[in-house]
Amino acid sequence: MNLPLAVLIPLLGAPLAAWVAHFGRYHAAWMAGGLTLLALAVLAPSFPGVFAGDTLVWQLPWLPALGLNLGFRLDGLGMLFALLILVIGVLVILYARYYLSEADSTGRFFAYLLLFMGSMLGIVLAENILLLLMFWEMTSLSSFLLISYWQYRSDARNGARMALAVTGLGGLAMLGGFLLLGEMAGSYDLSVILTQGDAIRAHPFYTPMLVLVLLGAFTKSAQFPFHFWLPQAMAAPTPVSAYLHSATMVKAGVFLLARLFPVLSGTDAWSALVMGAGLTTLAVGAYFALFKHDLKGLLAYSTISHLGLITLLFGIGTPLAAVAGVFHIINHATFKASLFMAAGIIDHECGTRDMRLINGLWRYMPYTATLAMVAAASMAGVPLFNGFLSKEMFFHEAVNFSRYTTWDWVLTVVAGAAGVFAVAYSLRFIHDVFFNGEPAHLPREPHEPPRWMKVPVEVLVAICLLVGILPAQTVGPLLSVAVEGVLQAKPPYYSLAIWHGLNAALLMSVIALVGGVLVYIGRHPLFKLANRWHGMLDAPAVYQWIVRQLLALATFVTRVLDVGSLQRLLAIFLVSALAAGAAGIIPPHVPITGPVAPSLPDAASVLVAAALVAVALTASLIHQQRLMSLIVLGAVGLLVSLIFVKFSAPDLALTQLSVEVVTIVLLLLAMYFLPRRTPVEADTGRRLRHFLIALAAGSGAGILSWAVLTRPHEPISAFFLDNSVSGGGGTNVVNVILVDFRGFDTLGEITVLAVAGLGIYALLKDLRLPGPPCDTAGRRWNWDLHPPIMAALVRLLLPLALLVAVFIFLRGHNLPGGGFIAGLVTAVALVMQYLANGVGWTHARMPRNFHPVIGLGLLIAVITGTVSMALGYPFLTSAFTHVHWPFADFELASAIAFDLGVYLVVVGATLLILVHMGLMHNASHESDSSAAGVAPASVAGALAGAATQPGDEPSPKRATGTVPEPAD
Amino acid sequence: MEALLAGIIASLTGCGVYLVLRAYTFPVVLGLTLLSYAVNLFLFATGRLTVGQPAVISPDAAGYADPLPQALVLTAIVIAFGMTAFVIMLALRARAELGNDHVDGQSDGHRSADWWQGPEDGP
Repeated sequence: MNLPLAVLIPLLGAPLAAWVAHFGRYHAAWMAGGLTLLALAVLAPSFPGVFAGDTLVWQLPWLPALGLNLGFRLDGLGMLFALLILVIGVLVILYARYYLSEADSTGRFFAYLLLFMGSMLGIVLAENILLLLMFWEMTSLSSFLLISYWQYRSDARNGARMALAVTGLGGLAMLGGFLLLGEMAGSYDLSVILTQGDAIRAHPFYTPMLVLVLLGAFTKSAQFPFHFWLPQAMAAPTPVSAYLHSATMVKAGVFLLARLFPVLSGTDAWSALVMGAGLTTLAVGAYFALFKHDLKGLLAYSTISHLGLITLLFGIGTPLAAVAGVFHIINHATFKASLFMAAGIIDHECGTRDMRLINGLWRYMPYTATLAMVAAASMAGVPLFNGFLSKEMFFHEAVNFSRYTTWDWVLTVVAGAAGVFAVAYSLRFIHDVFFNGEPAHLPREPHEPPRWMKVPVEVLVAICLLVGILPAQTVGPLLSVAVEGVLQAKPPYYSLAIWHGLNAALLMSVIALVGGVLVYIGRHPLFKLANRWHGMLDAPAVYQWIVRQLLALATFVTRVLDVGSLQRLLAIFLVSALAAGAAGIIPPHVPITGPVAPSLPDAASVLVAAALVAVALTASLIHQQRLMSLIVLGAVGLLVSLIFVKFSAPDLALTQLSVEVVTIVLLLLAMYFLPRRTPVEADTGRRLRHFLIALAAGSGAGILSWAVLTRPHEPISAFFLDNSVSGGGGTNVVNVILVDFRGFDTLGEITVLAVAGLGIYALLKDLRLPGPPCDTAGRRWNWDLHPPIMAALVRLLLPLALLVAVFIFLRGHNLPGGGFIAGLVTAVALVMQYLANGVGWTHARMPRNFHPVIGLGLLIAVITGTVSMALGYPFLTSAFTHVHWPFADFELASAIAFDLGVYLVVVGATLLILVHMGLMHNASHESDSSAAGVAPASVAGALAGAATQPGDEPSPKRATGTVPEPAD
Repeated sequence: MEALLAGIIASLTGCGVYLVLRAYTFPVVLGLTLLSYAVNLFLFATGRLTVGQPAVISPDAAGYADPLPQALVLTAIVIAFGMTAFVIMLALRARAELGNDHVDGQSDGHRSADWWQGPEDGP
C-alpha cells in the first residue's frame, strides 16, 4: 500500500505547493521538500525486505479488460531509482530555494517539480507496463513545463518544444512496442513479462517490438541520433538540468533497458542496436563536449556521452556489464548533479556561462571551486573518486568483449578515445573556469554563494568521495540488490575495489588520463579544426528543417482543402463519406438485399410515403421562399410522426409532434431577423454538382436502409421486455429504458440539452438585431401585436394544457408519455402564453429566469442516481412501490424523480431558448417604434384614422392594409 | 413497406444534403432538420417495422416492437431540436456580427489563407 502512496504524495502535493506559495515565497520550497521526505519515509519501511531479496507487488484492477492494472512493484532496481529520485530531489529543492530569483514564481516551479517527481517515481515503481507508459508520458509533459519555466525566453520555449516533440514521438513508438510486448507475453504485468524472456525472443514480432521499445528508450535517454534535444533543454533553470537532465529523467531510458534486460537482451538485434547507439553516442557526446564554450553545454554533451556509455554497457549484454551499467548510473547521477549545481552557482554569481569570459574564479570562490574540482575529477575517472570505479569496469568489459568478437578493436579504440576526451573536457571545465588568468568583462563581481546553497553540492561530492574510496562498504549492498533486480537472478561475482592489479583496464585508464592532459594542452589547433567542421553535424538544424517541412505540408494541405468556403469543405467531406460507403457496397461480396422478405404496403402507407417525399422535395425546390419552405417542413415533421404511429412507437410520435411545434415556432421567430428570400446562387455548375452529391447521398441512405431492413433482426431487447416490470416497475418499456436501464445515457442527453440552452443564452445575450419594418409585400406590421381573442383563448387553454402535461408525465412509466414529452407539452403551453400575450404580460406572472429550472432538473436527476449509489446499488437503480390512489392502483417508482429532472431540464432549456428569442423581438419592436418608426407610424395612424370612422378603433386588418397603398 | 421507408429515408437524406450544401444559413438549418428526420427514421428502422404492437407490457399482447431503438430515437429527437436551435442562433449571431447571412460570412467565398504564422526561429 505504501508504494502507490509514495507515488501519489508528490502528484497530489503539486497543487498544494502551488497554493502555499501565496502565503510566502519559500513556503512552496518547504512544502515540496517536506513532501519529498514524507514520500521517502513512506517508502523506507519496505527497504529492508528488498535488501533481503524480496520483490514487493501491489495490485488493484483498473481496466482489467485492457490488461491495465494499477500495479506497483518494488525490487532492487526500483529501489535504487526511487532513492536517486527522492534523495537528489530533496537536494535539488534545497538548492532551487536559493537559486530562484525574486522575479520567479516559486509555486509554479515547485508544483512542476513535484509533478515530475511523482511521474518519475511512477515509472520506476510501475508493475504494469501500460501504467509505466502513462507515467513516462507524464515525465515528458512535466519536463516540457519545467524547461519552458522561463516562458518569456524564446530559447526556453523552443527547447521545451523540441524536447517534447522528440520524447513524445519516442513515447508513441514505445506504446506500440509495449502493446506488442504485452500481447507476446500474454500480460502487461512485469512479473509475468520478466519470466517470458525465451518465448518473447523467439517470437516473430520480436524485432519490430524491440525497435519500437528502443526508440522510446533512446529518445528519452538522448541517444544518437536523438541526442540533440538535451543541449537545447539546457535553457531550463539549472536545478531542473541537475535533476531531470542529468540524474533522473534522462536515466528513464537506461532504466527501461535495465528493466527489460532479462527479456530483450541476448540477441544479435539487441547487441547491434543498443551497442551501436551507445557507442556512437559515447563518441559524439565526448567530442562535442570538449568544444562547447557554454558551461552547461559542456555538461549536457558530457551527459549524452555518459548515457551512451551506460547504454553501451547494457548492449554488451553480459551480467558483469550490467553491473557496471548500474554502478555508473549511480555514479553519474551523483557527480553530474553536483557539477550542474556548481555550474548554476557560477552562472548565478557571474551572470554568464561562457567559459571564454569566466576565468580565474579560484580567487573569488575557492570553496565552490574545490567541490566542483572533486566532481569533475570523478567525471574524468581519476582514481579515488567514484567515476573511476565504474569507468574501470567499463574498460574491462570493453577489452573483454573485444576478445571474442570480430569488431574487436573498434570498441576498445572508441572507449579509449572517449575516455581521453572525457579527461580533456573535465580538465577544461576546471582549468578554464577556475584558473587560466582573470575573468573577462563579467556582468557582475563573483563571490561565494549563500551557505545553504552549497550544502546539496557538498552532500553529493561527499558521496562521490565515500563511494570512490570505500565502495564495498558504502554502495556495495545497494548495487548488489539493484543488479539482482536487473538480472532477475543472483548477481555474478565482481569485486568493488580500487586496485585490481596491473591489467588492461588500468592501462586504459592511464592512457585516458595522460592522453586527456595532452589533448587539453594541444587544444588550440583542435579548436581551430573543430571550428572548421562546425555545422557539419548540426542535428537541431535537421530537426528544424523537418519541422519546417511538416508545417509547410500542413499549410499546403490546409490551403488546398480550406479555401474559406463551408460549401466546399462540406462537399469534400460528403464525397469522402460517400466514397468510403460505396467501397463497402460496390464489391459484390455481400448482396444488398438480405434474406428477409419485405412486407406488402397498404394504401394509406403508400399515400403517406408519397406525401412525405413530395413535401420534402417541395421544401427543397422552393427553399428560396423561406416562409413557404418552413411551413412545408412542418408538414414533413407531422408526416414523420405518422410513421412512428404506424410502426408501434407512440412515444416517438408524441415527442415528434411536440418538438415539431417548438421547432417551427423557433424558426419562425428567427426568420424575422433574416432576409425573407434566399438569393439564387449564380454558379449553376456548383448547384448541379451539389444536386449529384445529394442524389448519391440519398441513394446511399436508401440502399443502406433497405439492406438493414431486409436482414434478420436479432435484438437485445428481450432483456428489457422481460425485466421492465420486475426490475423497473413500469410497463412502458421505452420509458423504463430511458429513466432506468439506460438512465445514465439520458442524464448525458439532458446535460447536452442544458448546455445547448445555456450556449444559446450566451449567443443571444446583448445581441441586438434590427428587424424589418414591414413584411415581404411591403405592408407594415400589425400594431395589434396581441389580438384579444387569441390572448383570451390561450389563457383559457393554459390550465388544460398543463393538466395534459401532468397526465402525460404521471402515466409515462406505464403508458406512452414521460418526462421528455410532458416537458415539451408544458413548454408549448407556456410559449403560447408568450406568443399570445406578449413577453411583458407573461413575465409579470411567471418566473422570468430559467437557469435555475435547468439547474434544479439536473440536480434532481443526479441526486436520484447518487441516492441509489449511497444505498449500495449501481448509479440510477430504481426502487418502486404500489400506491393506492383514489381512482386506481398506481405504481410509484423512484425513477419518477429522475423523470422529473428530465422534465424540468426540457422545460427550462426550451423556454430559455424561446423566451430569449422573444425578448429580442421585443427589443427590436421597441427600437423600431421609438426611433425610425415614430414618424411613419403617426403618418400611418393619421391615414388610418382618416380612412375610418372617427372614434372607431382601427381594426387590425384595415391598419395593415393602409400603408402600402396610400392612394387607397 | 420496407421499400417505402427506405425511399422516404432516401428522399429526406437527399433533400437534406442538398439544402445543407446551400450558401445561406436558413436553408442550411432546414437541411439539418431534414437530415435529422432521416437519421432518426434510420435509427428507428434498425428495430424493424412492427405494426400495432407497441412496447407496453400487457398480458394479452401478441408481441412487442423493439423498444431500444425507440428509446434512442426519443432522446435523439430532443437533442436534434437542441442542435437546430443552436445552429439557428449561431446564424443570427453571425448575421449580427458580419452583416449578412452567407455561410462564409461574405459572399465571394474566398478568404486569405495566411492565418498560419510560421514557427519561431530556432536558437
